[in-house]
Amino acid sequence: MFDYDTLRIIWWALIGVLLIGFAIMDGFDFGVAALLRVLGKDEHERNVLLETIEPTWEGNQVWFILGGGAVFAAWPLLYAASFSGLYVAMFVLLVAFIIRPVGFNFREKMPDPRWKAVWDYCLIASGVIVMLVCGVAFGNLFLGLPFRYDGDLRMSWEGGFFGLFRPFALLSGLVSLSMLLAHGASWAAMKADHVIAERAARIARIASLVYLVLFVLAGVWLAYGIPGYAISGPVVSGGLSNPLAKQVAVGASWFTGYMTHPAFWAAPVLAFAGALGVQLFVGRRGFGGFFSSGLAVAGTILSAGLALFPFLMPSSLDPASSLTVWDASSSRGTLLIMLGVTAVFIPIILLYTGWVYRVMRGRVTLEHVRKSHNLY
Amino acid sequence: MIVDPDVVGLSRLQFALTALYHFLFVPLTLGLAFMLAIMESVYVMTRREIWKRMTQFWGVLFGINFAMGVATGVTMEFQFGTNWAYYSHYVGDIFGAPLAIEGMMAFFLEGTLVGLFFFGWDRISPVKHMLVTWFLALATSLSALWILIANAWMQNPVGAAFNAQTMRMEVTSFSEVIFNPVAQSKFVHTVSAGYTMGAMFVLSISAWYLLRGRNIEFAKRSMTVAASFGLAASLSVVVLGDESGYTVSENQKMKMAAIEAMWETEPAPASFTLFGLPDVKTHETHAAIRIPWVMGLMGTRSLDEPIIGIASLVDDAKLRIADGIKAYDAMLVLRENKDDAQARAILAAHDKDMGYALLLKRFIDDPRKATPADIQKAADSTIPNVPVLFWSFRIMVACGLYFIALFAYAFWRASKRRLDGRGFLRAALWSLPLPWVAAELGWIVAEYGRQPWAIEGVLPTALGASSLTAGQVWISLGGFVLFYTALAVIDGYLMVKFARKGPDGLGMWPKQPDSIPVTAQTA
Repeated sequence: MFDYDTLRIIWWALIGVLLIGFAIMDGFDFGVAALLRVLGKDEHERNVLLETIEPTWEGNQVWFILGGGAVFAAWPLLYAASFSGLYVAMFVLLVAFIIRPVGFNFREKMPDPRWKAVWDYCLIASGVIVMLVCGVAFGNLFLGLPFRYDGDLRMSWEGGFFGLFRPFALLSGLVSLSMLLAHGASWAAMKADHVIAERAARIARIASLVYLVLFVLAGVWLAYGIPGYAISGPVVSGGLSNPLAKQVAVGASWFTGYMTHPAFWAAPVLAFAGALGVQLFVGRRGFGGFFSSGLAVAGTILSAGLALFPFLMPSSLDPASSLTVWDASSSRGTLLIMLGVTAVFIPIILLYTGWVYRVMRGRVTLEHVRKSHNLY
Repeated sequence: MIVDPDVVGLSRLQFALTALYHFLFVPLTLGLAFMLAIMESVYVMTRREIWKRMTQFWGVLFGINFAMGVATGVTMEFQFGTNWAYYSHYVGDIFGAPLAIEGMMAFFLEGTLVGLFFFGWDRISPVKHMLVTWFLALATSLSALWILIANAWMQNPVGAAFNAQTMRMEVTSFSEVIFNPVAQSKFVHTVSAGYTMGAMFVLSISAWYLLRGRNIEFAKRSMTVAASFGLAASLSVVVLGDESGYTVSENQKMKMAAIEAMWETEPAPASFTLFGLPDVKTHETHAAIRIPWVMGLMGTRSLDEPIIGIASLVDDAKLRIADGIKAYDAMLVLRENKDDAQARAILAAHDKDMGYALLLKRFIDDPRKATPADIQKAADSTIPNVPVLFWSFRIMVACGLYFIALFAYAFWRASKRRLDGRGFLRAALWSLPLPWVAAELGWIVAEYGRQPWAIEGVLPTALGASSLTAGQVWISLGGFVLFYTALAVIDGYLMVKFARKGPDGLGMWPKQPDSIPVTAQTA
């Protein structure tokens, strides 16, 4: 029923779902954390902000962990090449992720304001670093990364950490930063005490406007300034996973897919609609503002993924070594089994996650944090 | 291309440090989660406030530890890709799946429910909250199950075959991977070790309160739970550890021989060396005290099967290297022409030994040009570090036996309602570090004992590393050491601080309510 190439497309989409899940679910945690001292003027206000995310951020971060595991299982070549190639960047990212669980927990363990300030700045830094690094990494994909394979399929990399900070990649980092700041602020506007919510709504509007401008700018730059990759010669979509079995030409447009499949334009339209929705709905009753910023996140990632398709990680050093959907996956058997497992468990996950959010529904008020004893 | 030996060495050091560090927190999470669930169940059944407060108090310590476990676990999920890229490519088709399933089936549940454990007390009914705690405990153990299925495949790589076109191992039978016998014994052994650690943690801290005459009601009830749970867990860890030893002897004969410092094959049934000083140069064990028959019984469950010694295992390795070279040669032919029937037949006949040819890559570029001296060197490299394994194993087992004795005694005292006696309480207090000693040594026996293999018989560790520079790994290794040390200091400080504060100091339970007679306190 499931051909190898169909399974590959499904798994490309599933990784997209996980990535979007991570960006939407954990993204607002990062946004709120990064804005902790902008939105929260005193300890009580910061406690309100933290309590809007503390009960659920842990589960949200599993989207990232699961993303790592799923890429390992479904796209082992991508997992190996990207994480080892981006070694120092990955290390920075890991440190940012490691600081979070202890930051949230340890912060509450001592009343000393200096102690709390230290952890606040750790959480702020961690939020900013993750948002930036993820965006910069994504931007680098369009520029190609300096790796090649030998006959044993051992990858070698010719570039350093600072080589990643190319102008387009930096712009992409700023897109990610503004997008997730808007998303985090929308969350705070929905969940935090009204005093803080008003401040948050203002920031959400500004950030989403900045995001919109940068997103359009990145799109124009990508269309006119950055050469795209394309598989030259016959495309073998159901063959064995060996990246060296194909030829790749550089120079086409990253928008080729958009030209041949007009439906692709739905993705950037979603992103636009989301950013406009934030302007309209944030700060009002209901979850329209948060829903809109989430839509912008989903639309942005989808736009980028569709532009890259079928490429996962292009190589600037040896284009033929580029990893594509057709040659970087696990075997058909593994993809099939993992699809079965995913089909069973993702709905269950969504079910109990939804239940936990329902239990924790409602605004966190200043009055509540003044009274309650935090057991966390 | 051969990876820089410095990169391999540094990456191994980093992996060992980060894994051992992660493993300081995970077993405690496993054990404490179940004890929280038990305490909360008593609360739900009896509705006595003290049991709720116990759950909350131990929950605070659980929370600190849980945060560290989650934090250090992030590194583990990504380190295969960053430092062991060729490993990830070579076996990701099999090894990645259990890690991803762990995320979906276990860690998601754990991560989602832990927030509700802390923030849900006033938002959901007591029965629902208790169910949350039980599912949290269940999820931590499920998490261990999938990680150990992945690990067991490194020890005993079943259900997979080499594919010359993709240059990697691919799944042939997923059910064999999941129902790997090594996974089953390892799972029960490891989670039982975690339960033992959780029980010891509660027992020791409670003993400290009793020694100080503080929180007496709290401590006695906690101790009773710890004693019963700990007795069951420590019995399970030793009995099933033995099962684990048995499966090791079946598929990792070299590891078994190294643990026993069995240089030459002994006539069956082999004796167990209780004490000895293994000498890696002369291949002898000095000053050995041996107990006849015991090893043969433990390792083979029989009186007539010998346990193979290191010398003959090295000879076996030489034969397998020779066969492996044939497979390697055929693999290179197939890579050029995938329809070469002859090469295909040779590879099919010898692919089980191809990993042995890869052992040569540490010494020469092309295994096909190996001289007998190279083959001898490669075969010798299959011997793990005998003295370290010999002693790690013995100390671990001694700890395990001691836990049974201590928990049995504590259980007896609890059932007599006599949880006093300063000698006993002091012993319980000072035993606190031992479960960590045992757990870390267990990791060393299992994983250091697997060397030189990343995947037993399939992929040597030295080939699995990423093509990095030593400088890069120095940065991350130095970073981890500094960062983890800082976290350890803070974690230790907070743990001690909150344990010292106790339920009375945290305002969870009044200070001096100890007017209840001693005999009624363990209700």
